[in-house]
Amino acid sequence: MLFFSFLIAFIVGGLICVVGQLIMDVGKLTPGHTLAILVVAGAVLDGLGLYEPLIDFAGAGATIPITSFGNSLTHGALVEAEKHGWVGVLTGMFEVTSSGISAAIVFGFIAALIFKPKGKAN
Amino acid sequence: MDPQEYQQIEQKITPPTPYFKNALKAFLVGGIICTIGQAITYLYIIFFDFTDKTAGNATVATMVFIAMVLTGLGLYRKLGAFAGAGSAVPVTGFGNAVVSAAIEGRTEGWVLGVGSNMFKLAGSVILFGVGSAFFIALIKLILVSMGVVEW
Repeated sequence: MLFFSFLIAFIVGGLICVVGQLIMDVGKLTPGHTLAILVVAGAVLDGLGLYEPLIDFAGAGATIPITSFGNSLTHGALVEAEKHGWVGVLTGMFEVTSSGISAAIVFGFIAALIFKPKGKAN
Repeated sequence: MDPQEYQQIEQKITPPTPYFKNALKAFLVGGIICTIGQAITYLYIIFFDFTDKTAGNATVATMVFIAMVLTGLGLYRKLGAFAGAGSAVPVTGFGNAVVSAAIEGRTEGWVLGVGSNMFKLAGSVILFGVGSAFFIALIKLILVSMGVVEW
């Protein structure tokens, strides 16, 4: 059972990355464009109610790819919108997904304190 | 040389993109990163009393921390050269974008360098995530108030 959850996370997470790679290679887009497309895709999938079942199925295979960022933003907005209407769309957005951004800011700052720039993009 | 001729020559010279090989590398590396994420999720559930739902956030933060260490040591760039989307699509890629921009920003000072550049690369992900989430929630709100769909 434990092994299967790892296997499913591997396959689903890997496939989402393959989709990203194909957008880059076949669509000839930059990584920045690719990530933007995937985030929007995750948001749309949650709007259709499809991303939460994917998380239940694949675990980290669905929560680790950047699509989950679009999903959790939308999810927070929808949950609060249900409770509070129009205002909830804005107040709810970062309710679920604060950790990724706050972690990136904090660790980005710490990294800038510790590591020296090497002149090339790290 | 007219532009068309130039394009033909350019196409001849550029090596063909190895679609399958790139996809396979992205699959393997992306899959492995997600498997590590799954393992971290279990650690949080078993040892720190997180639930299925709340462990996701803690896992994401931990993965960003790992990305910070690898980025600082210059290892994430090497991984990215090999894996392409396999290392860019997981949240570690988001962390890498923020951390590398922050480190590079030091040359321009703490406020204008680190502070201003931090989201230089990752900002578009936040804009399009928040933007699409806003419009989707708005559309659903309208559809619900018209009685077309339910929450």
